[in-house]
Amino acid sequence: MESANELLTILPLIIIGAAGLIVMMLDAFTGSVRMAYYVTVFFSGAALVAAFSSLFGPTGEAFHSVIVYGGTSAFGMVLVMTGTLFSVILTRDYLEKTGTHIAEVYSMILFASFGMLLLVASNNLLTVFLGIETMSISLYVLAGLVRDRKQGVEAALKYFLLGAFATGFLLYGIALLYGASGSTFLVEIAATENKGMIYWAGVGLLLVGFFFKVSAVPFHMWTPDVYQGAPTTITAFMATASKAAAFVAFILVLSRALPEARDGWGDVIWLFAIFTMVVGNILALVQDNVKRMLAYSSIAHAGYIMIGLAAGTAAAYGAVLFYLFAYTLMNIGAFGVVAYYEWHKGYDFTDVKNYSGLGFQQPVMGVLMAVFLFSMVGIPPFAGFIGKYRVFAAAVDEGLISLVVVGVLASAASVYYYLRVLVQLYMKENETGITLTRPGTVYTAALLLMGLLTLYFGVNPGVLTDLLGSFKYVGY
Amino acid sequence: MELLLNIVIYLPLFGALLLLFIRRDGWVRWTSFFITTATFLLSLPLLFQFDISITGTAQYLTVGEPFLGDWDVKYIVGLDGLSMLLFMLTTFMAPIVVLSSWSSITKHVAGFYSMLLILQTGSLGVFAALDLFMFYIFFELTQIPMFFLIGIWGGEDRIYATVKFFIYTLVGWLLMLVALIYVGYAAGNMVNDGVFTTDWRLITSPEFQLGLVEQTWLFLAFGFAFCIKIPIFPFHSWLPLAHTEAPTAGSVVLAAIALKMGTYAVLRYLIPLFPNAAIAFAPMFAVLGVIGIIYGALVAMVQKDVKKLVAYSSISHLGFVVLGMFAFNTTAAQGAIIQMVNHGLSTGALFIIVGMLYERRHSRLIADFGGVAKMMPVLTVMFMIATLASIGLPGLNGFVGEFLILVGTFNSGVLGSYWYAVLAALGVILAAGYMLWMFQRVMFGPVTHDENKKLTDINAREIALLVPIMIFIVWIGIRPTDFTRYSEAQVMWMLEDTQTRAEGIAQNAASEKLPVWAERLYDVTPQLALETDKLTEKPINIDQTRIEEFEYESTMNREH
Repeated sequence: MESANELLTILPLIIIGAAGLIVMMLDAFTGSVRMAYYVTVFFSGAALVAAFSSLFGPTGEAFHSVIVYGGTSAFGMVLVMTGTLFSVILTRDYLEKTGTHIAEVYSMILFASFGMLLLVASNNLLTVFLGIETMSISLYVLAGLVRDRKQGVEAALKYFLLGAFATGFLLYGIALLYGASGSTFLVEIAATENKGMIYWAGVGLLLVGFFFKVSAVPFHMWTPDVYQGAPTTITAFMATASKAAAFVAFILVLSRALPEARDGWGDVIWLFAIFTMVVGNILALVQDNVKRMLAYSSIAHAGYIMIGLAAGTAAAYGAVLFYLFAYTLMNIGAFGVVAYYEWHKGYDFTDVKNYSGLGFQQPVMGVLMAVFLFSMVGIPPFAGFIGKYRVFAAAVDEGLISLVVVGVLASAASVYYYLRVLVQLYMKENETGITLTRPGTVYTAALLLMGLLTLYFGVNPGVLTDLLGSFKYVGY
Repeated sequence: MELLLNIVIYLPLFGALLLLFIRRDGWVRWTSFFITTATFLLSLPLLFQFDISITGTAQYLTVGEPFLGDWDVKYIVGLDGLSMLLFMLTTFMAPIVVLSSWSSITKHVAGFYSMLLILQTGSLGVFAALDLFMFYIFFELTQIPMFFLIGIWGGEDRIYATVKFFIYTLVGWLLMLVALIYVGYAAGNMVNDGVFTTDWRLITSPEFQLGLVEQTWLFLAFGFAFCIKIPIFPFHSWLPLAHTEAPTAGSVVLAAIALKMGTYAVLRYLIPLFPNAAIAFAPMFAVLGVIGIIYGALVAMVQKDVKKLVAYSSISHLGFVVLGMFAFNTTAAQGAIIQMVNHGLSTGALFIIVGMLYERRHSRLIADFGGVAKMMPVLTVMFMIATLASIGLPGLNGFVGEFLILVGTFNSGVLGSYWYAVLAALGVILAAGYMLWMFQRVMFGPVTHDENKKLTDINAREIALLVPIMIFIVWIGIRPTDFTRYSEAQVMWMLEDTQTRAEGIAQNAASEKLPVWAERLYDVTPQLALETDKLTEKPINIDQTRIEEFEYESTMNREH
């Protein structure tokens, strides 16, 4: 019975793992893409419900302490499953319209999602590594999904090569930390007395691995190419679920394995946060391609989130989790609208000039885009504002005022490239002459839900902040 | 009444949602007119029931539950003497703005009016909010509709204008956000048991004492944001552009209501929150105000475009408001408040009139007009009244505000020099110059362009929307006390309270070690040294003379 209870603690993982295998088999035996889609949606929904209910359940460790469940991990699972479920829903319409609707997509998404779930539940550096590898390998495949598209193949190859290097760094870091502390369990690493050269080299390499996964500058080079090259809804999946998973795992590692060393790595993250915000925003300013712009903007968002990590208090981690939630909602939304505009002309209909005058055609989509972009800018009453506000506030409370001022100025600069899209949508005459068709009901409903949640958690964030405030982040 | 206040604030937002379901343009216009008129009528009881003798606390107070989780950030709205008039100005202008764009807006009508209505809720919220965080949220709620109003329905250069407007404002307000967070934590530690708070009642309580160094930085961060919004002289460059490119309704809302948010925020937050810094920086702000007055007037004089001229005259008028607020006496502050209302009425009317001319002639260049008075006699009368009000002719509203500000500034103890008033008065003279000259070139003289001969006079709708403004222009001019009485007690209390708290903080600061610049700025240590000099030296001198006298007298007595 003990082991059955343990299995229940990782219920979302089991559901998604089983779903991945089922979908693969379904594809092999029936070849029905439609059925693969429905099964994926059903199981993702079930996993989301399971993850959501575990939010209010107990917390603890399982499977000889390699897994943690409840609290931060449960919330990480909710983030991952939200990202997965809605990307899957958007993916069907998008791939059908662009003519690459194949069932493998869904099994790869599910396997990637499995890796992410493992990542956010890890209590051991080896689990972290397993999670990251499972996630990354599936994502390499997804990035190059459209094989006859040059950018797609380039994206996949680039992602794979750079990702392999980064994983190497991560693994080397884990090995060194094991050498220094004699363990790969997070808590035991925290307890180590032996903090010599090997230990710090290990911490450094571990940080590099994570910086790559959350695309912090200067490890961000892959992000714009991959985001642009991958099919747009897959980009949404990568930008939300995988980034949220990486950040949640980052929080787990920082808060549990390195709590004592805060003074050491706090400054490192402080420095990289500044690089990430400044470079991400400046490069986003000069992008004409909306997907590339959103890629750089996601780098910039990683920078804002790192402000919270640099603060390193329980309040800051809570703020970061809120930010990740808001980030997931608005990024799925924004990429969803981009995908919708794109499918009218096949791939690469993503130049910002293509959007001229489209805002008033199909007003729901235009308004939703405005909501998501204003939320990304960080303007009330949207969730993005509350996320930014709480992260900045936690950092101000820790005395990181200079860092917050840089963040604030960077986000002021970011206004320009977000507004540029809205200017094209609403303030220019239609130049491309395309007429938008109605998106499917489910597609609209999914995006509408994202928009309403963005608004709801901007107006009434207390529900979520209370929950996140109740988690124990440091040294539990 | 608490409920009524909330209804007034959110009715326009509800109206905006309603417009989503209306397809026909005509119905959209009538619905928005009905909603804004209802908002105005519902707000009247708030004015009539307002107890002008209550100070230090707001009336019709609604205090919600903390909604940001573990932080004590609450929805608090209420009205007091500082906000009452501006709140009423906002509800009063809304139906007029709706009427003024009745025929000039033809594309995306529902979008236009829903933006106006959202803007209305945001503006009412800004004036009614009594929590710094809520104030910030309502303020940003006004930025989004304004961005679209200028960008979609504006003139040729609208995109540059609106992006500049939006980014310029946001830079200042984001920096203020950092300062706001700092204030929230500081207030939490001092007056709220360590829980983050931005409740206006707590952050202006006497127990909340920020150190002088902190005050300086926070004051500058807040001041920077408000300077951009007002706008004060070196930060004004977005204003003429935004004003000129905005559609008539946008310019009117921008001039009558949006700019007041900056000046109102100075009175509501900047001065009470950072009393010492506000007093120390008062001369600097007064200088910027005077520069604004004269610079705005001089630049207005050379404008070829009527709308740009009015926009620059705005900068000049707002300079007066700034000067009045930083003179730190009741007369000047009262003048500043009534001047905000006056500027809203007269500049609003001017923008509407320019809009009417533009709708008929499709030009705003002064050179394209001339002799219009012959074709449009009714408009000429309205235009004349608005022009004279803007100049500050006695008997009309502009005079009251400017006069009170000049008198208050002349006697200001904080500014300590009558030169501010003397130079500012120059602005009134210049105003007469540029306004009358423009009026003469547009309305009088021979008709030099054939297109102007076909101009038709304003119709019943246009008369109906201008007449209420004219009534108030004259009413404030003749019986200003009907309006100033609302703010009088509160302003007096606020200034006294600010002074007392400033003194309290300065006394506490005297015992601390401050950086040299802060010592100089706030005159802390030198004053202390001087007082100790007085204590140690002078009494001894007096004592010695007295002793001498006493000895002298006693010897005299002895001799006798």
